[in-house]
Amino acid sequence: MSALAPTAVLAASSAVPFAVLPALVLVPAVGALLVACLPRRRPELLKLAAVTTSVVVGGMAVWLLSGFDVDHGADLQFVSSATWMADLGISWTLGVDGISLFLVVLTGVLFPIALLAVDPGHDDRAYYAWLLLLEAGVMGVFLALDLMVFFLCFEVVLVPMYFLIGRWGHGNRAYAATKFFLYTMAGSALMLVGILALAFLHADAVGGPVTFDLVAIAEAQAVDATAARWIFAAFALAFAVKVPIFPLHTWLPDAHTEAPTAGSVILAGVLLKLGTYGFLRFGLYLFPEASHFFAPVFLTLGVVGIVYGAVVATMQRDLKRLVAYSSVAHLGFIVLGTFALNTEGIEGGLLQMVNHGVSTGALFLLVGMVYERRHTRQIDELGGLQKSAPVLAGVFTVVMLSSIGLPGLNGFVGEFLVLVGAFNAHRWFAVVAAGGVILAALYLLWAYQRVFHGPAEGDNATMPDLRLREGLVLAPLLALIVFMGVYPKPVIERMEPAVDALVAHVEHHVDGFTEPTSQFGSEVEPGHGDDDGHGESDDHGDDH
Amino acid sequence: MLAVATPEVLWWALLPVLFLSVGGLLLLTVASLVRRLPDWLPQAWTVVTGLAVLVACVPMWCEVRDEGPRTTLAGSVAVDGSTVLVTAVLAAVVVAVALLARPYLRREDLPGVEVYVLLMLSAAGGVVMASADDLIVLFLGLEILSIAVYVLAALHLRRIESQEGAMKYFVLGAFASAFLLYGMALVYGATGSTRLALVAEHLSATVLVDDSMLLAGIALLLVGLAFKVAAVPFHAWTPDVYQGSPTPVVAWMAAGVKAAGFAAMVRVLVTSLGTHASDWAPPVGVLAVASVLVGAVVAVLQTDVRRMLAYSSVAHAGFLLLGVQAADADGTAAVYAYLVVYALLATGSFAVLTVMGGDGDAAHHLDDYRGLARRRPVLAGAFTLLLLGQAGVPFTGGFVAKLGVLAAAVADRGYWVAGLAMLGAAAAAFVYLRILVSMYLEDPDAEAADGSTGPAVPLGARVVIGVACAGVLFVGLVPGPLLDLARDAVPVLVGS
Repeated sequence: MSALAPTAVLAASSAVPFAVLPALVLVPAVGALLVACLPRRRPELLKLAAVTTSVVVGGMAVWLLSGFDVDHGADLQFVSSATWMADLGISWTLGVDGISLFLVVLTGVLFPIALLAVDPGHDDRAYYAWLLLLEAGVMGVFLALDLMVFFLCFEVVLVPMYFLIGRWGHGNRAYAATKFFLYTMAGSALMLVGILALAFLHADAVGGPVTFDLVAIAEAQAVDATAARWIFAAFALAFAVKVPIFPLHTWLPDAHTEAPTAGSVILAGVLLKLGTYGFLRFGLYLFPEASHFFAPVFLTLGVVGIVYGAVVATMQRDLKRLVAYSSVAHLGFIVLGTFALNTEGIEGGLLQMVNHGVSTGALFLLVGMVYERRHTRQIDELGGLQKSAPVLAGVFTVVMLSSIGLPGLNGFVGEFLVLVGAFNAHRWFAVVAAGGVILAALYLLWAYQRVFHGPAEGDNATMPDLRLREGLVLAPLLALIVFMGVYPKPVIERMEPAVDALVAHVEHHVDGFTEPTSQFGSEVEPGHGDDDGHGESDDHGDDH
Repeated sequence: MLAVATPEVLWWALLPVLFLSVGGLLLLTVASLVRRLPDWLPQAWTVVTGLAVLVACVPMWCEVRDEGPRTTLAGSVAVDGSTVLVTAVLAAVVVAVALLARPYLRREDLPGVEVYVLLMLSAAGGVVMASADDLIVLFLGLEILSIAVYVLAALHLRRIESQEGAMKYFVLGAFASAFLLYGMALVYGATGSTRLALVAEHLSATVLVDDSMLLAGIALLLVGLAFKVAAVPFHAWTPDVYQGSPTPVVAWMAAGVKAAGFAAMVRVLVTSLGTHASDWAPPVGVLAVASVLVGAVVAVLQTDVRRMLAYSSVAHAGFLLLGVQAADADGTAAVYAYLVVYALLATGSFAVLTVMGGDGDAAHHLDDYRGLARRRPVLAGAFTLLLLGQAGVPFTGGFVAKLGVLAAAVADRGYWVAGLAMLGAAAAAFVYLRILVSMYLEDPDAEAADGSTGPAVPLGARVVIGVACAGVLFVGLVPGPLLDLARDAVPVLVGS
């Protein structure tokens, strides 16, 4: 058996039994169609179909992990391609590398959880169909290696999300949904022009036919610097709205708050990552020079976002809105790490994308469960829930601590790496950002105190505790929170080659730029250590 | 005996015009002789005529593709891919409008076969216009098309808005025709011919010392054509006419008249006056951007869905002009692809409006759509798809259409026009979202909620809406065939 094992692994990574990446996009899309054809009055059947589809997709995504060749983490794997619009050189080219791998897995894991956790209450059929379509679109974004296909998927996710917020949301849902749609659509309007300009300028410069192939365009870097900066600006606007980066964030609190629980989970867990992922894949990789040029802007905005998000979150009276604003702060960290332009920063940002998806997703689920029981999210009206729902309170504590960044839980690893990276690149930004960590502890702990401690009055005293089903839904997220906090190595070792390659790519294409590493002699290189991956190695080398 | 040299005639190439005009006249004659015509007969006749034209287009397409484009009737009628494609689009729209018209006429208690007759005659004019290889023939086609449409606009006898709209349309249209004619005269004066091939030949062979007459001519041509396709600032008639005219007729105006107008515009400007593209392309770019922005922004302010779609059709005209101002084969192909997609979107959307109009064709306020998703989920779903297509959401035909014209503009280094147009498109999305919000996110009025199931959807409308939706989705998912078709349709000038 032991002799067979290596060949089995090799076979899994080199010879794929079927086109798994197109399947990741197609299966949820077909599932959505299937759900749309089922009888409307059989909610349990609809749910079964939707959950089955998303579990299959999740299974395939997790299977990618085992099939992924760790030694070639920087290479695009499982690549498949099919021509779509031959005239314009657009093709369905899909692939994963260390950067997109965990976002795909995160998507695959979060959707079944979101589907299982909450029932829509009305119009089940449309609800499940939209959620599955959303999953198809998100998968497309993370897998696309063709600029136009990326844009298509990036745009098309707006439609299901619009309907999810608008039809199954709370309160001022029509306003929130419309605002969400318009903000993001306006943001990405110019990106389409940018994509086209890039493709045509690239074709002119290299003298070939028009292509939208990401790798070809990024590796050639044929477009001149001024044009590239303009085009980067068009891309960056779209991503900045999506992330969202301060001051373009105003759609986020509305959309998150009014969305149904599953919508919030997906929105925070996955959709926001479209922007940060876009910055990595279609910002840094595609426009290394322009990214470097504009980096100070984004570093500043990232730090502003961290502090602003934290301060505003502290002031919120609505628990869900508080979590929404905490996202602004967390995404500020990701932006900060990304534009530190060094391995630690980018890796930390990437890790933080996954962490935020898990932690904030879980937080939204918990808030949703509280809301379901108490029909209010106002912090004032809650209190003392710990007594009536100790398990819920316990789970909330763990998730909250992970969101704060407590060592031993996942949030710490990412935030720490981001801060290390930022510190090495731009010391003062890191100093201010570290203040944001303290603020995060403040607003989350304070909210926790007001909601779960103190005397329980009225309905608060009789609130039912976590049900088994809810516990089972939360369990995988809790497991991930602990696992990635204690032993992040499997994640980091798959990300690192790709991140290294990305940084090398930026270094190579930006004159006079070298990766900002530690200025104090002790190289901090996570993942190379054999322990938990975020400890310092003993390499006291050259002083700069 | 005087020997008269008759030009060579390719009869097979004239079949569409013959079918449509003879079909229309025959129906008119029969209707005036027979006292009581069953009301299904004119409809069936029109549908059959339209389908006959569509069928005739197939061998024509193959012939043109295999044997190359040519010209007939002494170089006045072009027989090329453009002619065939636009003819097919017009015929398909005729069929769709005929399907919508009968239940509409019955509901509104309007008499007669005039709508079918005028529709076919108007379509015949459109085909002439799309295939005109001579400015005079172009004018002829335009007038046949327009005069029929003026009457169609006034067809609803009991709605004062219908009369008002038709009056405005007629007066402004007459002005535009005059502009166009004057422009043709000036171009003739500058180049010595009205035949497009000869005009192009003259312009490429000679350098005009003083081209002011030619430029004035081009400007006036542009005014006349921009009026027909409802581009800003010549769009003022659009909202009133769209609001007033019988809704099936509006479908024809939006899909058919626009297609014919753009086919003529492309042939005249891009193919014939292409040598002077540096003169006319910038103004067309300005018209394009102005149309998209004004159309989108003003549409947001409307509360009547017909007026919303009227302004959105102005925005669509702007996008089409974006393809025209690129002034090359890519831009032209993109315009044709857009025309096909827009024909689907517009006929489908106005089919929904026809159904929704209710007795008196008056229920077109945004509030009339409230809660439609509950009352008529399938209708609401179809309208959603069509509106998303109009907004240019990916995986609908609307995106493919917009992508084509944008790509043409960007390839031409028109970054500003393209960027501004995209911002306009984002603004226009708000218009469509408002209708979606009304349909899905607002509860129906108290009275409408009481057991009312919403308007009945007649079979004809079902077919039209279904085909339009299927087409929009198909083009969005599999754009290859349409793009190939559009590429083959780029008009070619054939000398005598």
